[in-house]
Amino acid sequence: MIARLIEDVPRRGLPLLGALLLALVAAPLAAGDYLLTVLILILYFAYVGQAWNIMMGFAGQLSLGHALYVGLGAYAAAALYVHFGISPWIGLWAAMLVSAAAGAIIGFLAFRFGVAGVYFAILTIAFAEFARIGFDHWGWLGGSAGFFLPVANYARNDLLSLRGSPTMFYYVMLGMTAAAFIICHVLMRSRVGYYWLAIRESPEAAQALGIDIFRYKMVAVVLSAAMTSLGGVLFAFYYNNLFPEQVFHISRSIELILGPIIGGVGTLFGPIVGAFLLTALSETLREAMAAIGIDVPGVKQVFYGVCLLAVVMFLPDGVWPALSARLGLGPGARGEGSR
Amino acid sequence: MTALLEVDGISRSFSGLRAVQDVSFSVAQGQIAALIGPNGAGKTTCFNVIAGVHRPDAGQVRFSGQRIDGWRPDRICRAGIGRTFQLVKPFAGLSVLDNVVIGALNACPGVRAAREKAGEILEQLGLAAKSRQAAASLTLPDRKRLEVARALATGPRLLLLDEVMAGLRPTETDHMVALLRELNARLGLTILLIEHVMRAVMALSAHVVVLHHGQVIAAGPPHEVTHNPAVLECYLGAEAV
Repeated sequence: MIARLIEDVPRRGLPLLGALLLALVAAPLAAGDYLLTVLILILYFAYVGQAWNIMMGFAGQLSLGHALYVGLGAYAAAALYVHFGISPWIGLWAAMLVSAAAGAIIGFLAFRFGVAGVYFAILTIAFAEFARIGFDHWGWLGGSAGFFLPVANYARNDLLSLRGSPTMFYYVMLGMTAAAFIICHVLMRSRVGYYWLAIRESPEAAQALGIDIFRYKMVAVVLSAAMTSLGGVLFAFYYNNLFPEQVFHISRSIELILGPIIGGVGTLFGPIVGAFLLTALSETLREAMAAIGIDVPGVKQVFYGVCLLAVVMFLPDGVWPALSARLGLGPGARGEGSR
Repeated sequence: MTALLEVDGISRSFSGLRAVQDVSFSVAQGQIAALIGPNGAGKTTCFNVIAGVHRPDAGQVRFSGQRIDGWRPDRICRAGIGRTFQLVKPFAGLSVLDNVVIGALNACPGVRAAREKAGEILEQLGLAAKSRQAAASLTLPDRKRLEVARALATGPRLLLLDEVMAGLRPTETDHMVALLRELNARLGLTILLIEHVMRAVMALSAHVVVLHHGQVIAAGPPHEVTHNPAVLECYLGAEAV
Protein backbone atom coordinates (compact mmCIF):
# COMPACT_ATOMS: atom_id res chain seq x y z
CA MET A 1 0.00 0.00 0.00
CA ILE A 2 2.86 2.35 0.77
CA ALA A 3 4.15 1.87 -2.76
CA ARG A 4 0.75 2.81 -4.15
CA LEU A 5 0.59 5.85 -1.93
CA ILE A 6 3.94 7.11 -3.09
CA GLU A 7 3.30 6.43 -6.75
CA ASP A 8 0.40 8.90 -6.66
CA VAL A 9 2.33 11.83 -5.29
CA PRO A 10 3.96 13.81 -8.06
CA ARG A 11 7.75 13.40 -8.01
CA ARG A 12 8.31 16.99 -7.01
CA GLY A 13 6.01 16.61 -4.05
CA LEU A 14 7.89 13.72 -2.47
CA PRO A 15 10.80 15.69 -0.98
CA LEU A 16 8.32 18.29 0.27
CA LEU A 17 6.13 15.68 1.91
CA GLY A 18 9.18 13.97 3.44
CA ALA A 19 10.53 17.25 4.78
CA LEU A 20 7.16 18.15 6.29
CA LEU A 21 6.86 14.79 8.01
CA LEU A 22 10.43 14.97 9.32
CA ALA A 23 9.87 18.49 10.61
CA LEU A 24 6.68 17.40 12.38
CA VAL A 25 8.36 14.37 13.95
CA ALA A 26 11.35 16.42 15.11
CA ALA A 27 9.33 19.46 16.24
CA PRO A 28 9.06 18.60 19.97
CA LEU A 29 12.89 18.56 20.20
CA ALA A 30 13.11 22.19 19.22
CA ALA A 31 9.75 23.58 20.26
CA GLY A 32 9.15 25.10 23.67
CA ASP A 33 6.06 24.36 25.76
CA TYR A 34 4.03 27.11 24.18
CA LEU A 35 4.87 26.24 20.60
CA LEU A 36 4.13 22.60 21.31
CA THR A 37 0.66 23.54 22.59
CA VAL A 38 0.02 25.45 19.39
CA LEU A 39 1.22 22.51 17.31
CA ILE A 40 -1.10 20.14 19.16
CA LEU A 41 -3.96 22.52 18.43
CA ILE A 42 -2.98 22.64 14.76
CA LEU A 43 -2.89 18.86 14.50
CA TYR A 44 -6.22 18.61 16.31
CA PHE A 45 -7.86 20.95 13.80
CA ALA A 46 -6.17 19.21 10.89
CA TYR A 47 -7.53 15.88 12.15
CA VAL A 48 -11.14 16.89 12.78
CA GLY A 49 -11.08 19.01 9.61
CA GLN A 50 -10.08 15.93 7.65
CA ALA A 51 -12.92 13.96 9.24
CA TRP A 52 -15.46 16.70 8.44
CA ASN A 53 -14.13 16.88 4.89
CA ILE A 54 -15.24 13.29 4.26
CA MET A 55 -18.83 14.39 4.64
CA MET A 56 -18.73 17.80 2.99
CA GLY A 57 -15.69 17.76 0.74
CA PHE A 58 -16.16 14.27 -0.64
CA ALA A 59 -19.84 13.41 -0.29
CA GLY A 60 -21.16 16.99 -0.43
CA GLN A 61 -23.21 16.86 2.78
CA LEU A 62 -22.80 20.04 4.81
CA SER A 63 -22.60 19.47 8.55
CA LEU A 64 -22.58 22.52 10.80
CA GLY A 65 -22.89 20.41 13.94
CA HIS A 66 -19.68 18.41 14.08
CA ALA A 67 -19.10 19.59 17.64
CA LEU A 68 -21.74 16.98 18.47
CA TYR A 69 -19.41 14.13 17.53
CA VAL A 70 -16.40 15.73 19.24
CA GLY A 71 -18.47 16.15 22.39
CA LEU A 72 -20.03 12.68 22.36
CA GLY A 73 -16.60 11.12 21.85
CA ALA A 74 -15.08 13.24 24.60
CA TYR A 75 -17.83 12.50 27.13
CA ALA A 76 -18.04 8.79 26.29
CA ALA A 77 -14.34 8.07 26.77
CA ALA A 78 -14.00 10.42 29.76
CA ALA A 79 -17.03 8.92 31.53
CA LEU A 80 -15.75 5.38 31.07
CA TYR A 81 -12.36 6.42 32.43
CA VAL A 82 -13.56 8.48 35.39
CA HIS A 83 -16.46 6.29 36.50
CA PHE A 84 -15.11 2.83 35.66
CA GLY A 85 -11.36 3.28 35.21
CA ILE A 86 -11.57 2.00 31.63
CA SER A 87 -8.57 2.91 29.47
CA PRO A 88 -9.25 5.48 26.75
CA TRP A 89 -7.90 2.97 24.24
CA ILE A 90 -10.98 0.90 24.99
CA GLY A 91 -13.13 3.97 25.57
CA LEU A 92 -12.41 5.25 22.10
CA TRP A 93 -14.35 2.34 20.63
CA ALA A 94 -17.34 3.33 22.74
CA ALA A 95 -16.79 6.93 21.62
CA MET A 96 -16.81 5.92 17.97
CA LEU A 97 -19.87 3.74 18.47
CA VAL A 98 -21.88 6.49 20.18
CA SER A 99 -20.94 9.11 17.59
CA ALA A 100 -21.50 6.77 14.67
CA ALA A 101 -24.94 5.97 16.07
CA ALA A 102 -25.75 9.68 16.40
CA GLY A 103 -24.53 10.24 12.84
CA ALA A 104 -26.62 7.32 11.63
CA ILE A 105 -29.77 8.72 13.27
CA ILE A 106 -29.25 12.18 11.75
CA GLY A 107 -28.35 10.68 8.38
CA PHE A 108 -31.32 8.34 8.39
CA LEU A 109 -33.79 11.10 9.25
CA ALA A 110 -32.36 13.45 6.65
CA PHE A 111 -31.70 11.11 3.74
CA ARG A 112 -34.83 8.99 4.16
CA PHE A 113 -37.07 12.01 4.18
CA GLY A 114 -35.24 14.02 1.56
CA VAL A 115 -33.86 16.71 3.85
CA ALA A 116 -31.00 18.16 1.82
CA GLY A 117 -28.76 21.19 1.46
CA VAL A 118 -29.34 24.00 3.91
CA TYR A 119 -32.08 22.08 5.71
CA PHE A 120 -29.71 19.20 6.31
CA ALA A 121 -27.16 21.64 7.75
CA ILE A 122 -29.83 23.05 10.09
CA LEU A 123 -30.69 19.54 11.23
CA THR A 124 -27.05 18.93 12.19
CA ILE A 125 -27.04 22.16 14.21
CA ALA A 126 -30.26 21.13 15.93
CA PHE A 127 -28.80 17.83 17.11
CA ALA A 128 -25.67 19.50 18.47
CA GLU A 129 -27.92 21.91 20.35
CA PHE A 130 -30.03 19.05 21.74
CA ALA A 131 -26.85 17.50 23.04
CA ARG A 132 -25.61 20.77 24.54
CA ILE A 133 -28.83 21.28 26.47
CA GLY A 134 -29.13 17.61 27.39
CA PHE A 135 -25.61 17.33 28.77
CA ASP A 136 -26.13 20.58 30.69
CA HIS A 137 -28.71 18.70 32.75
CA TRP A 138 -27.01 15.33 33.01
CA GLY A 139 -25.72 15.22 36.57
CA TRP A 140 -23.82 11.95 36.19
CA LEU A 141 -21.55 13.75 33.71
CA GLY A 142 -21.22 16.91 35.80
CA GLY A 143 -23.99 18.86 34.05
CA SER A 144 -23.33 22.49 33.36
CA ALA A 145 -20.73 22.62 36.16
CA GLY A 146 -18.41 20.56 34.00
CA PHE A 147 -16.87 17.10 33.99
CA PHE A 148 -13.28 16.73 35.11
CA LEU A 149 -10.59 14.13 34.63
CA PRO A 150 -7.95 13.68 37.34
CA VAL A 151 -5.08 15.92 36.28
CA ALA A 152 -2.03 14.05 35.10
CA ASN A 153 1.30 13.81 36.79
CA TYR A 154 3.56 15.13 34.07
CA ALA A 155 6.64 13.38 35.53
CA ARG A 156 5.64 10.12 33.91
CA ASN A 157 3.92 9.37 30.62
CA ASP A 158 1.19 6.80 30.89
CA LEU A 159 0.25 6.16 27.29
CA LEU A 160 -2.24 3.48 28.28
CA SER A 161 -4.35 5.97 30.24
CA LEU A 162 -3.40 8.95 28.06
CA ARG A 163 -2.00 10.72 31.11
CA GLY A 164 1.22 12.55 30.43
CA SER A 165 3.16 15.41 28.95
CA PRO A 166 2.18 17.55 25.97
CA THR A 167 4.94 15.79 23.99
CA MET A 168 3.10 12.50 24.34
CA PHE A 169 -0.17 14.09 23.24
CA TYR A 170 1.64 15.69 20.34
CA TYR A 171 2.84 12.36 19.00
CA VAL A 172 -0.53 10.68 19.50
CA MET A 173 -2.19 13.57 17.66
CA LEU A 174 0.41 13.45 14.90
CA GLY A 175 -0.18 9.73 14.45
CA MET A 176 -3.94 10.28 14.24
CA THR A 177 -3.59 13.10 11.73
CA ALA A 178 -1.29 11.02 9.54
CA ALA A 179 -3.62 8.04 9.78
CA ALA A 180 -6.64 10.18 8.85
CA PHE A 181 -4.74 11.49 5.85
CA ILE A 182 -3.83 8.00 4.67
CA ILE A 183 -7.36 6.69 5.24
CA CYS A 184 -8.85 9.55 3.20
CA HIS A 185 -6.26 9.06 0.49
CA VAL A 186 -7.10 5.37 0.17
CA LEU A 187 -10.86 6.06 0.32
CA MET A 188 -10.61 8.57 -2.49
CA ARG A 189 -9.07 5.97 -4.76
CA SER A 190 -11.66 3.37 -3.91
CA ARG A 191 -15.18 2.68 -5.14
CA VAL A 192 -16.74 4.51 -2.22
CA GLY A 193 -14.60 7.61 -2.89
CA TYR A 194 -15.72 7.75 -6.51
CA TYR A 195 -19.32 7.28 -5.44
CA TRP A 196 -19.07 10.13 -2.92
CA LEU A 197 -17.74 12.49 -5.58
CA ALA A 198 -20.56 11.45 -7.90
CA ILE A 199 -23.15 12.13 -5.20
CA ARG A 200 -21.55 15.49 -4.43
CA GLU A 201 -21.54 16.53 -8.09
CA SER A 202 -25.02 15.31 -9.08
CA PRO A 203 -27.12 12.98 -6.93
CA GLU A 204 -29.55 12.37 -9.81
CA ALA A 205 -26.85 11.31 -12.24
CA ALA A 206 -25.17 9.23 -9.54
CA GLN A 207 -28.38 7.33 -8.94
CA ALA A 208 -28.89 6.80 -12.67
CA LEU A 209 -25.44 5.16 -12.77
CA GLY A 210 -26.50 2.52 -10.26
CA ILE A 211 -25.28 4.17 -7.06
CA ASP A 212 -27.39 3.63 -3.95
CA ILE A 213 -27.08 7.23 -2.80
CA PHE A 214 -28.80 6.69 0.55
CA ARG A 215 -26.35 3.98 1.50
CA TYR A 216 -23.21 5.86 0.49
CA LYS A 217 -24.32 9.10 2.12
CA MET A 218 -24.90 7.09 5.30
CA VAL A 219 -21.41 5.61 5.04
CA ALA A 220 -19.95 9.12 4.76
CA VAL A 221 -21.84 10.45 7.78
CA VAL A 222 -21.13 7.45 10.00
CA LEU A 223 -17.44 7.35 9.10
CA SER A 224 -17.02 11.09 9.50
CA ALA A 225 -18.78 11.00 12.88
CA ALA A 226 -16.70 8.10 14.15
CA MET A 227 -13.43 9.70 13.08
CA THR A 228 -14.41 13.06 14.56
CA SER A 229 -15.19 11.44 17.90
CA LEU A 230 -11.58 10.28 18.26
CA GLY A 231 -10.59 13.93 18.13
CA GLY A 232 -13.00 14.39 21.03
CA VAL A 233 -11.35 11.61 23.04
CA LEU A 234 -7.97 13.29 22.69
CA PHE A 235 -9.55 16.65 23.49
CA ALA A 236 -10.97 15.30 26.74
CA PHE A 237 -7.76 13.68 27.95
CA TYR A 238 -5.60 16.60 26.92
CA TYR A 239 -7.66 19.39 28.48
CA ASN A 240 -9.03 17.29 31.37
CA ASN A 241 -12.26 19.27 31.54
CA LEU A 242 -15.48 19.27 29.58
CA PHE A 243 -18.26 21.83 29.67
CA PRO A 244 -21.35 21.24 27.53
CA GLU A 245 -21.66 24.98 26.90
CA GLN A 246 -18.24 24.90 25.26
CA VAL A 247 -17.82 21.44 23.79
CA PHE A 248 -21.16 21.30 21.98
CA HIS A 249 -21.37 25.00 21.18
CA ILE A 250 -21.99 25.95 17.57
CA SER A 251 -18.88 28.13 17.56
CA ARG A 252 -16.86 24.93 18.02
CA SER A 253 -18.57 23.41 14.99
CA ILE A 254 -17.77 26.48 12.95
CA GLU A 255 -14.18 26.67 14.17
CA LEU A 256 -13.71 23.06 13.12
CA ILE A 257 -14.80 23.60 9.53
CA LEU A 258 -12.88 26.83 8.89
CA GLY A 259 -9.60 24.94 8.39
CA PRO A 260 -10.80 22.76 5.51
CA ILE A 261 -12.77 25.64 3.97
CA ILE A 262 -9.76 27.94 3.98
CA GLY A 263 -7.38 25.16 2.99
CA GLY A 264 -9.61 23.74 0.26
CA VAL A 265 -12.83 21.73 0.62
CA GLY A 266 -12.60 18.27 -0.92
CA THR A 267 -8.81 18.17 -1.08
CA LEU A 268 -6.61 15.93 1.05
CA PHE A 269 -4.11 18.63 2.03
CA GLY A 270 -6.69 21.39 2.44
CA PRO A 271 -7.63 20.59 6.06
CA ILE A 272 -3.95 20.39 7.04
CA VAL A 273 -2.92 23.59 5.28
CA GLY A 274 -5.99 25.39 6.62
CA ALA A 275 -5.34 24.28 10.20
CA PHE A 276 -1.74 25.47 10.00
CA LEU A 277 -2.64 28.82 8.52
CA LEU A 278 -5.57 29.62 10.80
CA THR A 279 -4.15 28.42 14.10
CA ALA A 280 -0.64 29.70 13.52
CA LEU A 281 -1.84 33.11 12.39
CA SER A 282 -4.44 33.53 15.12
CA GLU A 283 -1.97 32.51 17.83
CA THR A 284 0.62 34.88 16.43
CA LEU A 285 -1.96 37.62 16.41
CA ARG A 286 -2.88 36.90 20.01
CA GLU A 287 0.75 36.98 21.11
CA ALA A 288 1.36 40.19 19.22
CA MET A 289 -1.71 41.82 20.78
CA ALA A 290 -0.61 40.69 24.22
CA ALA A 291 2.89 42.02 23.61
CA ILE A 292 1.62 45.52 22.87
CA GLY A 293 -0.81 45.29 25.75
CA ILE A 294 -4.12 45.27 23.91
CA ASP A 295 -6.80 42.95 25.19
CA VAL A 296 -9.85 42.85 22.96
CA PRO A 297 -12.25 39.99 23.59
CA GLY A 298 -13.41 38.27 20.42
CA VAL A 299 -10.47 39.37 18.33
CA LYS A 300 -9.86 35.76 17.28
CA GLN A 301 -13.38 35.47 15.86
CA VAL A 302 -12.96 38.72 13.95
CA PHE A 303 -9.68 37.42 12.61
CA TYR A 304 -11.31 34.15 11.47
CA GLY A 305 -13.95 36.21 9.73
CA VAL A 306 -11.38 38.28 7.89
CA CYS A 307 -9.47 35.15 6.80
CA LEU A 308 -12.65 33.54 5.54
CA LEU A 309 -13.63 36.67 3.66
CA ALA A 310 -10.22 36.93 2.01
CA VAL A 311 -10.25 33.29 0.93
CA VAL A 312 -13.80 33.43 -0.39
CA MET A 313 -12.97 36.54 -2.41
CA PHE A 314 -9.54 35.68 -3.74
CA LEU A 315 -9.21 31.89 -3.56
CA PRO A 316 -12.74 30.46 -3.78
CA ASP A 317 -11.36 26.91 -4.04
CA GLY A 318 -9.21 27.41 -0.94
CA VAL A 319 -5.50 27.94 -0.40
CA TRP A 320 -4.28 24.44 -1.24
CA PRO A 321 -5.37 24.22 -4.91
CA ALA A 322 -3.64 27.54 -5.63
CA LEU A 323 -0.59 26.57 -3.57
CA SER A 324 -0.23 23.15 -5.19
CA ALA A 325 -0.46 24.67 -8.65
CA ARG A 326 2.25 27.15 -7.64
CA LEU A 327 4.46 24.32 -6.36
CA GLY A 328 3.94 22.44 -9.61
CA LEU A 329 2.08 19.63 -7.88
CA GLY A 330 -0.85 19.54 -10.27
CA PRO A 331 -4.20 21.24 -10.33
CA GLY A 332 -5.35 20.17 -6.87
CA ALA A 333 -8.94 20.60 -7.93
CA ARG A 334 -11.70 19.36 -5.68
CA GLY A 335 -11.30 15.64 -5.49
CA GLU A 336 -9.76 15.40 -8.91
CA GLY A 337 -6.23 16.65 -8.33
CA SER A 338 -5.90 14.95 -4.97
CA ARG A 339 -6.22 11.60 -6.62
CA MET B 1 -38.19 -11.96 -31.15
CA THR B 2 -38.94 -11.64 -27.47
CA ALA B 3 -39.55 -8.30 -25.85
CA LEU B 4 -36.79 -7.02 -23.57
CA LEU B 5 -38.77 -4.00 -22.46
CA GLU B 6 -42.54 -3.96 -22.16
CA VAL B 7 -44.36 -0.76 -21.31
CA ASP B 8 -47.92 -1.71 -20.51
CA GLY B 9 -50.58 0.96 -20.17
CA ILE B 10 -48.59 3.45 -18.12
CA SER B 11 -50.09 6.76 -17.04
CA ARG B 12 -48.50 9.57 -15.09
CA SER B 13 -49.88 12.97 -14.09
CA PHE B 14 -48.19 15.99 -12.61
CA SER B 15 -50.55 18.03 -10.45
CA GLY B 16 -53.50 17.38 -12.73
CA LEU B 17 -51.61 17.50 -16.01
CA ARG B 18 -51.67 14.12 -17.72
CA ALA B 19 -48.16 13.86 -19.12
CA VAL B 20 -48.50 10.25 -20.19
CA GLN B 21 -51.79 8.44 -20.62
CA ASP B 22 -52.20 4.71 -21.12
CA VAL B 23 -49.03 4.30 -23.15
CA SER B 24 -48.04 0.81 -24.28
CA PHE B 25 -45.19 -0.32 -26.47
CA SER B 26 -42.40 -2.83 -26.37
CA VAL B 27 -38.82 -3.05 -27.50
CA ALA B 28 -37.53 -6.39 -28.72
CA GLN B 29 -34.26 -7.87 -27.59
CA GLY B 30 -31.46 -6.52 -29.81
CA GLN B 31 -33.69 -3.91 -31.46
CA ILE B 32 -33.13 -0.19 -31.92
CA ALA B 33 -36.40 1.65 -31.35
CA ALA B 34 -37.24 5.35 -31.34
CA LEU B 35 -39.74 7.40 -29.40
CA ILE B 36 -40.68 10.54 -31.34
CA GLY B 37 -43.24 13.28 -31.09
CA PRO B 38 -43.62 17.02 -30.65
CA ASN B 39 -42.31 18.87 -27.59
CA GLY B 40 -44.38 18.15 -24.53
CA ALA B 41 -45.70 14.86 -25.92
CA GLY B 42 -44.52 12.96 -22.85
CA LYS B 43 -41.40 11.29 -24.25
CA THR B 44 -39.08 12.20 -21.39
CA THR B 45 -41.78 11.36 -18.84
CA CYS B 46 -41.97 7.91 -20.42
CA PHE B 47 -38.20 7.57 -20.03
CA ASN B 48 -38.34 8.71 -16.44
CA VAL B 49 -41.01 6.15 -15.65
CA ILE B 50 -38.96 3.38 -17.27
CA ALA B 51 -35.76 4.53 -15.50
CA GLY B 52 -37.47 4.74 -12.10
CA VAL B 53 -37.38 8.51 -11.61
CA HIS B 54 -41.19 8.57 -11.60
CA ARG B 55 -43.51 5.87 -10.37
CA PRO B 56 -46.41 5.36 -12.85
CA ASP B 57 -49.90 6.19 -11.57
CA ALA B 58 -51.12 3.14 -13.46
CA GLY B 59 -49.67 0.44 -15.67
CA GLN B 60 -46.59 -1.73 -15.59
CA VAL B 61 -43.06 -1.69 -16.88
CA ARG B 62 -41.41 -5.07 -17.42
CA PHE B 63 -37.77 -5.65 -18.20
CA SER B 64 -36.74 -9.16 -19.18
CA GLY B 65 -40.16 -10.28 -18.03
CA GLN B 66 -39.69 -8.81 -14.54
CA ARG B 67 -41.77 -5.94 -13.22
CA ILE B 68 -39.54 -2.93 -12.51
CA ASP B 69 -42.05 -0.09 -12.09
CA GLY B 70 -41.63 1.49 -8.66
CA TRP B 71 -37.99 0.41 -8.34
CA ARG B 72 -35.42 3.07 -7.49
CA PRO B 73 -33.29 4.37 -10.42
CA ASP B 74 -30.07 2.82 -9.06
CA ARG B 75 -31.68 -0.60 -8.83
CA ILE B 76 -32.99 -0.29 -12.38
CA CYS B 77 -29.51 0.65 -13.57
CA ARG B 78 -28.02 -2.36 -11.81
CA ALA B 79 -30.70 -4.52 -13.45
CA GLY B 80 -29.28 -3.47 -16.82
CA ILE B 81 -30.89 -0.23 -18.04
CA GLY B 82 -28.55 2.68 -18.69
CA ARG B 83 -29.91 6.14 -19.42
CA THR B 84 -28.75 9.59 -20.47
CA PHE B 85 -30.33 12.88 -19.48
CA GLN B 86 -31.75 15.29 -22.03
CA LEU B 87 -30.47 18.14 -19.88
CA VAL B 88 -26.98 16.73 -19.44
CA LYS B 89 -25.82 16.15 -15.88
CA PRO B 90 -22.06 15.70 -15.99
CA PHE B 91 -20.06 15.50 -12.75
CA ALA B 92 -18.75 18.95 -13.60
CA GLY B 93 -15.90 19.15 -11.10
CA LEU B 94 -14.43 15.78 -12.07
CA SER B 95 -12.35 14.82 -15.06
CA VAL B 96 -13.98 13.28 -18.13
CA LEU B 97 -12.26 9.99 -17.31
CA ASP B 98 -13.50 9.95 -13.70
CA ASN B 99 -17.04 10.64 -14.94
CA VAL B 100 -16.93 7.45 -16.98
CA VAL B 101 -15.04 5.47 -14.31
CA ILE B 102 -17.98 6.10 -11.96
CA GLY B 103 -20.33 4.59 -14.52
CA ALA B 104 -17.98 1.68 -15.17
CA LEU B 105 -17.82 0.80 -11.46
CA ASN B 106 -21.37 -0.48 -11.88
CA ALA B 107 -20.09 -3.23 -14.14
CA CYS B 108 -16.52 -3.75 -12.88
CA PRO B 109 -15.26 -5.45 -9.73
CA GLY B 110 -12.68 -2.80 -8.91
CA VAL B 111 -11.36 0.67 -9.70
CA ARG B 112 -8.50 -0.60 -11.84
CA ALA B 113 -10.80 -2.55 -14.15
CA ALA B 114 -13.24 0.36 -14.25
CA ARG B 115 -10.48 2.74 -15.34
CA GLU B 116 -9.52 0.40 -18.17
CA LYS B 117 -13.09 0.02 -19.33
CA ALA B 118 -13.65 3.77 -19.11
CA GLY B 119 -10.56 4.37 -21.23
CA GLU B 120 -11.86 2.04 -23.93
CA ILE B 121 -15.27 3.67 -24.00
CA LEU B 122 -13.79 7.17 -24.21
CA GLU B 123 -11.72 5.95 -27.15
CA GLN B 124 -14.86 4.67 -28.89
CA LEU B 125 -16.67 7.97 -28.39
CA GLY B 126 -13.75 10.09 -29.52
CA LEU B 127 -13.25 11.66 -26.11
CA ALA B 128 -9.93 10.01 -25.26
CA ALA B 129 -7.91 13.16 -25.95
CA LYS B 130 -10.05 15.06 -23.45
CA SER B 131 -10.08 12.44 -20.71
CA ARG B 132 -8.06 14.53 -18.26
CA GLN B 133 -10.07 17.71 -18.77
CA ALA B 134 -12.69 18.76 -16.25
CA ALA B 135 -16.14 17.79 -17.52
CA ALA B 136 -17.23 21.40 -16.94
CA SER B 137 -14.87 22.52 -19.72
CA LEU B 138 -16.55 20.40 -22.42
CA THR B 139 -18.71 21.85 -25.21
CA LEU B 140 -22.35 20.76 -25.39
CA PRO B 141 -21.82 18.11 -28.11
CA ASP B 142 -18.98 16.65 -26.05
CA ARG B 143 -21.16 16.66 -22.95
CA LYS B 144 -23.76 14.70 -24.90
CA ARG B 145 -21.07 12.21 -25.83
CA LEU B 146 -20.00 12.03 -22.21
CA GLU B 147 -23.59 11.21 -21.23
CA VAL B 148 -23.56 8.32 -23.68
CA ALA B 149 -20.11 7.18 -22.52
CA ARG B 150 -21.15 7.17 -18.87
CA ALA B 151 -24.39 5.30 -19.51
CA LEU B 152 -22.60 2.81 -21.74
CA ALA B 153 -19.96 2.24 -19.08
CA THR B 154 -22.56 0.87 -16.67
CA GLY B 155 -22.73 -2.19 -18.93
CA PRO B 156 -26.44 -1.98 -19.83
CA ARG B 157 -28.50 -4.46 -21.83
CA LEU B 158 -30.90 -1.65 -22.70
CA LEU B 159 -29.69 1.89 -23.36
CA LEU B 160 -32.14 4.80 -23.09
CA LEU B 161 -30.85 7.79 -25.03
CA ASP B 162 -32.67 11.10 -24.55
CA GLU B 163 -31.90 13.43 -27.47
CA VAL B 164 -28.20 12.74 -27.66
CA MET B 165 -27.99 13.94 -31.27
CA ALA B 166 -29.37 17.41 -30.54
CA GLY B 167 -26.72 20.02 -31.19
CA LEU B 168 -24.43 17.67 -33.11
CA ARG B 169 -23.29 18.58 -36.62
CA PRO B 170 -24.46 16.26 -39.43
CA THR B 171 -21.06 14.51 -39.61
CA GLU B 172 -21.06 14.08 -35.84
CA THR B 173 -24.59 12.70 -36.03
CA ASP B 174 -23.43 10.17 -38.62
CA HIS B 175 -20.53 9.20 -36.37
CA MET B 176 -22.86 8.66 -33.42
CA VAL B 177 -25.27 6.68 -35.61
CA ALA B 178 -22.41 4.46 -36.77
CA LEU B 179 -21.26 3.93 -33.18
CA LEU B 180 -24.73 2.99 -31.94
CA ARG B 181 -25.17 0.62 -34.87
CA GLU B 182 -21.87 -1.02 -34.08
CA LEU B 183 -22.71 -1.43 -30.40
CA ASN B 184 -26.04 -2.88 -31.38
CA ALA B 185 -24.50 -5.32 -33.83
CA ARG B 186 -21.41 -6.28 -31.83
CA LEU B 187 -22.79 -6.44 -28.29
CA GLY B 188 -26.41 -7.03 -29.11
CA LEU B 189 -27.20 -3.87 -27.18
CA THR B 190 -30.87 -2.93 -27.26
CA ILE B 191 -31.45 0.81 -27.67
CA LEU B 192 -34.47 3.04 -27.14
CA LEU B 193 -33.95 6.61 -28.22
CA ILE B 194 -35.87 9.83 -27.99
CA GLU B 195 -34.85 11.88 -30.96
CA HIS B 196 -35.87 14.90 -33.01
CA VAL B 197 -33.12 14.45 -35.59
CA MET B 198 -35.09 12.43 -38.17
CA ARG B 199 -31.90 11.68 -40.08
CA ALA B 200 -30.75 9.62 -37.10
CA VAL B 201 -34.16 8.10 -36.42
CA MET B 202 -34.52 6.91 -40.01
CA ALA B 203 -30.98 5.58 -40.15
CA LEU B 204 -31.10 3.70 -36.87
CA SER B 205 -34.46 2.48 -35.82
CA ALA B 206 -36.36 -0.60 -36.82
CA HIS B 207 -39.39 0.48 -34.83
CA VAL B 208 -40.80 3.93 -34.17
CA VAL B 209 -43.39 4.92 -31.56
CA VAL B 210 -45.04 8.33 -31.97
CA LEU B 211 -46.41 10.15 -28.93
CA HIS B 212 -48.76 13.10 -28.99
CA HIS B 213 -50.42 14.70 -25.94
CA GLY B 214 -49.21 11.78 -23.84
CA GLN B 215 -50.75 9.10 -26.04
CA VAL B 216 -49.40 6.74 -28.69
CA ILE B 217 -50.80 7.84 -32.05
CA ALA B 218 -48.75 5.56 -34.28
CA ALA B 219 -46.21 2.78 -34.10
CA GLY B 220 -44.39 0.71 -36.68
CA PRO B 221 -41.44 0.67 -39.07
CA PRO B 222 -40.02 4.18 -39.74
CA HIS B 223 -41.13 4.51 -43.38
CA GLU B 224 -44.71 3.58 -42.47
CA VAL B 225 -44.90 5.90 -39.51
CA THR B 226 -43.50 8.86 -41.42
CA HIS B 227 -46.28 8.52 -43.98
CA ASN B 228 -49.04 8.25 -41.41
CA PRO B 229 -51.34 11.29 -41.87
CA ALA B 230 -51.84 11.78 -38.13
CA VAL B 231 -48.09 11.90 -37.56
CA LEU B 232 -47.59 14.26 -40.44
CA GLU B 233 -50.18 16.62 -39.10
CA CYS B 234 -49.04 16.82 -35.52
CA TYR B 235 -45.32 16.44 -35.80
CA LEU B 236 -43.45 16.23 -39.05
CA GLY B 237 -45.50 18.71 -41.03
CA ALA B 238 -46.83 18.23 -44.57
CA GLU B 239 -43.55 19.27 -46.19
CA ALA B 240 -41.80 16.19 -44.80
CA VAL B 241 -43.60 13.93 -47.27
